[in-house]
Amino acid sequence: MKYNSVVTARFAAGWGCLLLFLLVSLFSMPVLAQEEPVTVDTESLLVVPDSLPLEYYPLPPSNVRMKDVPNDAGGSLLIEWDLSLDDYEGGKVKEYRILRGEAAEGPFEELGSTARGTASFTDNQAKRGIKLFYKIAALNYEKTNGEFLWKASSESDVAGPAVSTAQWFNLSRLNIFIGIIILCGAIIYFITAAKRGKSFYIRKIAGIEEVENAVGRATEMGRSIYYIPGISDMDDVQTLASLTILGHVSAIAAENDTRIDVPVSKSMVMVTAREVVKEAYSKVGRPDSFQEDQVRYITDDQFGYAAAVDGLFVREKPATIFLIGAFFAESLIVAETGNSIGAIQISGTAMPAQLPFFITACDYTLIGEELFAASAYLSREPKLLGSLKGQDLGKAVFLLAILIGVILESFGVPVHELFSVR
Amino acid sequence: MRARELIVSGLIILFFLACYFFSPKPMEFSRSTSVLIIFLLAAAFVYVFIRTFRGRFIGRRVVFIFVGVALVLPFFMKFPLPLQISPEVQSVYDALEKLPPHSKILASFDYDPPSAPELQPMAVAFMKYAFEHDLKIIIMGLWPQGPQQADQAIQAAFIENPDLKQKTKYGVDYVNLGFQSGYEFVILQMGQSFKSMFPADLYNTPYDSIPLLKNVSNFSNVDFSMNFSAGKPGTAEWVQIAVDRFQLPLAAGNTAVQAPMIYPYLKKGSKGKKQLIGLLGGMAGGAEFEKLTKKPAKATTYLLSQSFAHVAVVIFIIIGNVAFFREKKGKK
Amino acid sequence: MRRELPLAIAFIAGVIFFIAYFIPHPPFNRFENWFSDWFAIVAAFAIWLGALNLMKISFIKVIRKKSDWLHALLIIISFVIIVVIGFYEGYRGLHANPPFSFRDPGTAFDWLYVNVYSTLSATMFALLAFFVASASYRAFRARNLEATLLLLAAFFVMLGRVPIGDVITGWLPRAYQMSQWASWIMNVLNTAGQRAIMIGIALGLVSTSLRIILGLERSYIGGD
Repeated sequence: MKYNSVVTARFAAGWGCLLLFLLVSLFSMPVLAQEEPVTVDTESLLVVPDSLPLEYYPLPPSNVRMKDVPNDAGGSLLIEWDLSLDDYEGGKVKEYRILRGEAAEGPFEELGSTARGTASFTDNQAKRGIKLFYKIAALNYEKTNGEFLWKASSESDVAGPAVSTAQWFNLSRLNIFIGIIILCGAIIYFITAAKRGKSFYIRKIAGIEEVENAVGRATEMGRSIYYIPGISDMDDVQTLASLTILGHVSAIAAENDTRIDVPVSKSMVMVTAREVVKEAYSKVGRPDSFQEDQVRYITDDQFGYAAAVDGLFVREKPATIFLIGAFFAESLIVAETGNSIGAIQISGTAMPAQLPFFITACDYTLIGEELFAASAYLSREPKLLGSLKGQDLGKAVFLLAILIGVILESFGVPVHELFSVR
Repeated sequence: MRARELIVSGLIILFFLACYFFSPKPMEFSRSTSVLIIFLLAAAFVYVFIRTFRGRFIGRRVVFIFVGVALVLPFFMKFPLPLQISPEVQSVYDALEKLPPHSKILASFDYDPPSAPELQPMAVAFMKYAFEHDLKIIIMGLWPQGPQQADQAIQAAFIENPDLKQKTKYGVDYVNLGFQSGYEFVILQMGQSFKSMFPADLYNTPYDSIPLLKNVSNFSNVDFSMNFSAGKPGTAEWVQIAVDRFQLPLAAGNTAVQAPMIYPYLKKGSKGKKQLIGLLGGMAGGAEFEKLTKKPAKATTYLLSQSFAHVAVVIFIIIGNVAFFREKKGKK
Repeated sequence: MRRELPLAIAFIAGVIFFIAYFIPHPPFNRFENWFSDWFAIVAAFAIWLGALNLMKISFIKVIRKKSDWLHALLIIISFVIIVVIGFYEGYRGLHANPPFSFRDPGTAFDWLYVNVYSTLSATMFALLAFFVASASYRAFRARNLEATLLLLAAFFVMLGRVPIGDVITGWLPRAYQMSQWASWIMNVLNTAGQRAIMIGIALGLVSTSLRIILGLERSYIGGD
């Protein structure tokens, strides 16, 4: 009864939120921002005669100032200046050239250029710890077909020295640091609580609940199981999460004496998956049943892999197919082929673009974080369940932060900077 | 495979071979023939609808045949379809229009042959526009086949407009730096120095010997950038690193599946700036860009095919629901 | 040691990456590149593992005439052809004047790439068009309210993303034509949904990564 009333309350709350959101959205249509101005770069200067009348020369820019770009490994300086008085539409200034030297007397080399109206430039090649001097030249010229007819430049005073330095902490990422500490703190707290014996409730995840039934179906039909761990390599956490589930599925398959095949797309995944399956067979006391060719490498190529897997499905007609891991465009091809042969399909991915395809073509789908929760769900190990609980608390904190941020922004309090990521 | 399926497959292949070798080229239906074909297709759909309504459901193969016909036949039709320009495509075009001649554009080709049917038409349209407006292109790729796709786009642009081939010169008007592995780390390094990632171009010409790359050290020496992407690494990585850290002005062309993931970057971010200037999303985006450049080409043709296919899918969704309710009624 | 060493490496690497993200000062700013270079080197060598495994299994299938031995034979023949042509063109290119790469246009390798590999890849990708149709036909049923909403959204987006949608609703004011509805669904509803899923995924990623770094998650080394 309690479960039903909780479900009803959640259902009502969910629909209430959806209706509120739709009502608000209908009265606000997306508004596009203005296009950004694009800085102009020009080709290198050719040597041209410089004996021009004075009126060709623009007034120089002034007040050149430099500052170290913060939160970097050194090597960047931000140069700013006051625009030349001749910098206006139709004025003498066409662009600015930035010149750099290691001594106030020179020599100066040209770093780059900016368009008229731009009063800043970032030097990304400043050597760390070296004193540098800068000056800005306002340039007037006439070109035809990219070639200069004449040019006249006026330089500002030399400014400097400036030194770029490296920082020991990236302050622009302080918000991420705090967020990570909150989240990791919550996770570690609940892991510790789990170690002390506290038990945690975890809701049913339909896809994982059905794993045993799906393997059982294959056993009854006398057909094999296929497990596809995605096409990403071992550096993708989704692949690691998939291999956790593979271990569990392999153990059940080994217990039921049902063959499980794992065609993979990456060599390192093949090596790891082989270990996982072999270990699973050993754990249930069937090490001799494991054959090395159950886990085999196909190809790194995305569609070559999809074609091979499709071919295997159509020829061998497995009763159960698991599509769990990182998938890309081949997801629907593989899932539809599996559907066409009448197999029961359990899928799971954290690729938002592929989720709709799996949901339409597969019987059960683990959506996003359900994939990462699978290891805790399957093992029911208290420490892992504790980490799920901590993740949930972290999510609650972030949701609250989003809600507060939205309300404050709606009333004109600019808090979005606090949440920006650099 | 059963004998019957083999025979049917063989007959279909023979039919297409016969069309290829014996049909007049270019094969194009007249307006009246196109209208007649559309009516016949509509009649076939009505027949399937009535059949389904009477409880005789169709299989997957019938769906495939209809979709195949809906995709292929429009290639031979000339049907003007009204095309509304979406704001995100208009933004790309406006940003390119604002670039003065000789502006340098960094074009990153992050896709491979499977995505080429969708992305290549917009890449060709972009290349044609760039060369016609005297914009200089620096090509690179984070996917191994990307630079080859760029070369093919340039060749296709030259075929469509032979004058461009006369007036453009490799090394002066465009350069192909090739592919570099390392995903987003390449973008990070390019923020400091292009040369560190691409010491030579695709043809092993040293970086310093290429006239176009003189005074081009990093992103600050580039006026605009365009990214054609089909997945990862792609537009998201370019936004997260090149735009956020180095303020590179960026527009993108993506596949239709990828585009929804990129829409959030079109919104104003912090400091009131959009992270992405504009987006050409899928075939429709490519066709809209061709319309803006006043040079309808493959994207426009393919969009007609896509339109027919979309209509076919929608009709089958309706027929599928008829089948569902019919089945439900039958069970009761 | 068999278990302890990988766990120790995972812990040390995880902590270093975490620290390096917040400390821009050298040498921490170079760790990402170093580790990614190492990963690329290991992955490059690991490709041989996979290729040799593929050849071994294929040869065994052919020799013992197991099921699908013809497909295995095709794999072996394709592998050999590509490798031989690649090496041949590479050798020819090295000794040519001017030298060229085995991948350059005009070589046999490039011909195979353009006319075989690219075509086959594009064909596989093209299957998506048919599978989208069959999946839509099968799955978009108005079973309940949520399914009906999904169905309507698919209807608007599919027609709104192509010009035909505006042809059908051309008689309505511009703001209410199908392309505008499709745009609104994509920019508002879809973006909101994508962001929600991405937030959940990101949290799951952090939690899983922390479990791996702390050694609680040991599936990748074969479990406990």
